Amino acid sequence: MLSPSLGRLLGLAALAALPVLALTAFFVLPVAAMLSEGLADGVGAGGALEVLGRDRTHDVVLFTLVTAAAGTLLSVVLGLPAAHVLHRTRLPLRTPVRAALLVPFVLPTVVVGVAFRQLLREGGPLGFLGLDGTPAAIVLGLVFFNVAVVIRVVGSAWESLDPRSAQAAATLGASPATVFRTVTLPALLPAVVSAATVVFLFCATAFGIVLTLGGSRYATVETEIYLLTVTLFDLQGAAALSLLQLVVVGVLLLAARRARAVAPSARAHARPRRPTRADTLPVATTLLLLLYVAVPVAALVTGSLRVDGRWSLGNYAALTTTGDRQTLLVPVTEALINSLRTAVDATWMAVGVGLLVALVVTRRSRSATERRVRGALDGFFMLPLGVSAVTLGFGFLIALDQPPLDLRDSRLLVPVAQALVALPLVVRTLVPVLASIDDRQRQAAASLGAGPLRTLATVDVPVLWRPLLAGAGFAFAASLGEFGATSFLARDDAPTMPVVIFRLLGQPGQMNYGMALAASVVLAATTALVMLLVERLRVPSLGTF
Amino acid sequence: MLTLRDLTVTFDGAPDSTTDSTAGSTTDGTPAVSEVSLDLPGGEVLAVLGPSGCGKSTLLRAIAGLEPLAAGSVAWDGHDQARVPTHRRGFALMFQDGQLFDHLTVARNVGYALRLRRDPDTAQRVAELLDLVGLPAYADRMPGTLSGGERQRVALARSLAVRPRLLLLDEPLSALDAGLRERLAGDLGRILREAGTTALLVTHDHEEAFAVADRLAVMRAGRIVQQGEITEVWRAPADPETALFLGYARVLTGDQAAWMLEALGLDPGPSVALRRSALRVGDDGPLAGTVISSRLAPDLVRLQVEVPGTGPVDAVAPLDRHPAPGERVSLRIDHTRLALVPSLH
Repeated sequence: MLSPSLGRLLGLAALAALPVLALTAFFVLPVAAMLSEGLADGVGAGGALEVLGRDRTHDVVLFTLVTAAAGTLLSVVLGLPAAHVLHRTRLPLRTPVRAALLVPFVLPTVVVGVAFRQLLREGGPLGFLGLDGTPAAIVLGLVFFNVAVVIRVVGSAWESLDPRSAQAAATLGASPATVFRTVTLPALLPAVVSAATVVFLFCATAFGIVLTLGGSRYATVETEIYLLTVTLFDLQGAAALSLLQLVVVGVLLLAARRARAVAPSARAHARPRRPTRADTLPVATTLLLLLYVAVPVAALVTGSLRVDGRWSLGNYAALTTTGDRQTLLVPVTEALINSLRTAVDATWMAVGVGLLVALVVTRRSRSATERRVRGALDGFFMLPLGVSAVTLGFGFLIALDQPPLDLRDSRLLVPVAQALVALPLVVRTLVPVLASIDDRQRQAAASLGAGPLRTLATVDVPVLWRPLLAGAGFAFAASLGEFGATSFLARDDAPTMPVVIFRLLGQPGQMNYGMALAASVVLAATTALVMLLVERLRVPSLGTF
Repeated sequence: MLTLRDLTVTFDGAPDSTTDSTAGSTTDGTPAVSEVSLDLPGGEVLAVLGPSGCGKSTLLRAIAGLEPLAAGSVAWDGHDQARVPTHRRGFALMFQDGQLFDHLTVARNVGYALRLRRDPDTAQRVAELLDLVGLPAYADRMPGTLSGGERQRVALARSLAVRPRLLLLDEPLSALDAGLRERLAGDLGRILREAGTTALLVTHDHEEAFAVADRLAVMRAGRIVQQGEITEVWRAPADPETALFLGYARVLTGDQAAWMLEALGLDPGPSVALRRSALRVGDDGPLAGTVISSRLAPDLVRLQVEVPGTGPVDAVAPLDRHPAPGERVSLRIDHTRLALVPSLH
């Protein structure tokens, strides 16, 4: 007979086996292959140092840090007032506004890039600003995405903040501004730091946006890795940059975890109140954000409906073709079907593995060893969040082309990569819900004679199906828009939508550009539809990273 | 002097969940607080006593300016407070669970309002206040390390720091266990009197009200049903329900009341309220009856006695006399533990 604690460890091992195996085969091996390819090629660490000493590298790193910092700052400044308005007041149309501000986060990066180009290009609606191809355009694009993260993370913390602390301060004579500074902000700080860290991470590893808006003139570490491998075949340089990015991102993730650890647990939920005159500035900021989200999308949609200066559905009709001068190997409609198929496969993989991971990391540990093992697994499963999708994609190419894992020609190669990118999203949707289940519920079930599976069915499953559906939606949307890894892995005769859009964008010809706009609208509409369905599930998702 | 006139609060939706069971009625548009008029002279302590959900916490929050008024007024020394925001009213509100700021030390919590005013003597005043509430060595502790009673003492010190014009206390002791509650109630009364603070306390515990307050207002279903000197309200409850809420065990009405009053040689009245210890087993008392049940309590024996004409009534006997069920006993009356109640609703 096994001792109970050994039995628990074995159970843990059984649950963790599949995710660990999958992550090792499809994540650790490819990334390690990529790194060793680059570093072993030259003179090892010395070569890497040489790469890091280049002027171009310095510029790229500096540019990455500056744009990410600017993007983070602007996202927080715009996101905080909106978080207040959307989570603490009863603004009319609050729910649709919330949904509208969430959608950008899951819009395919390439689509957002296209929309901003259409908006800012010479002759575009905001062309007179002269922002086309400038770093400012990149920052605007980054903020467009990441405000949603700030609103979600800070908003849910704000919602669960007991309003009576602030009221206590007010009865002690603190003005609203003083209350915010001395009571509300300190309580929100962990959430703000956590959101800012994640946003900085997303900004610093952004790929599709920077590539479409910055071209080759402005490169961040992520796009530089892409350029080095794809156009310059400088594997050593790419590997050195990947390593650098891995380290920086690892540090950031640790910082985010620390911020999360001190975050107060959810307390009483406050009843949202009517907005008052004191809310004027936050409400105005929220409306500004709505405009910020709506204008590029509107520019994209109207642009897609115009051919040669006239209203027309020509661009959409052209989606059944392969473009001007046979730019593509397959029509865009076929790419859409490819995208949907791939997303379905990536979704079931991400959800299956994500569920196991979430179960493993949320079970309460009974011994110190168990706790350490769970903590290590938790960190391990979050790794894909920290590694650039480009590194992953390139790693796949060079690591999975020989037995025992020869997936080069497999239909599953792209879905596997996309599932890995979506995995942290699924895990972070499930974990808060599972963690919020009072363990005594499970103990009560067990004391009534329910075995582990029965307990799972009685206690966990009833609260889990909604977040599970939501997680599936997130994974599906993320997969539809995934560009970094897919750009390496998709075969030319079986491309996905983002790949096709990027290709159309890169080729000359008015028809190709119009098709890129139309394809972007179709892809965005598909993703937005999925996200609106997810939002209807009302899962506190994206609340923690 | 605090003056409330016809103060009414309605909820247009679900009540704030953070005020939980003590918030007023929950249905849409029904008043949580209805036409409440009260006067509280400076330096006095008023307790608003009422069962859970009667609207008393809502009343308190309305006075503090945290709930909008549907009608009526809150005035201080004749000045209407309708347009004065919470932080300028000078009414400190002490919450049921203290609501200490968890990121500040005890001393910084207590000195919070003093620092807002840039008071030069903050440190000294904080030390005085911590002495007053009996926690002199606690200045550098974090709120998370305190017990429930200690947290409430710190919250009290924080509320008193700026010498508020009015101190509002929302069930300040009800989160504590019984023994501690009794001790703190005594302390609270002493501290408020020493500081000469005008205070309004809401509670559902009549012992707490009695220990702390000079004046009492009884609230039920959003309305004040009786108010006055605390001993007066105690001696003469306005109606049977109030009597029961004030801790009277039984209210006899109609014939039973008439019979009882006559047997005791008192003036006739529509109903009479009895405490459990109003009737005491003793020789040659005016009433006689048969013991139905008897139960031992720490300091006396509690009986139920069937008295012909009134039916079962409560009575007590000293510990050395323990009448068995079926035994005939004679009952004496303690007039201070009985009240004539004017009318039946």
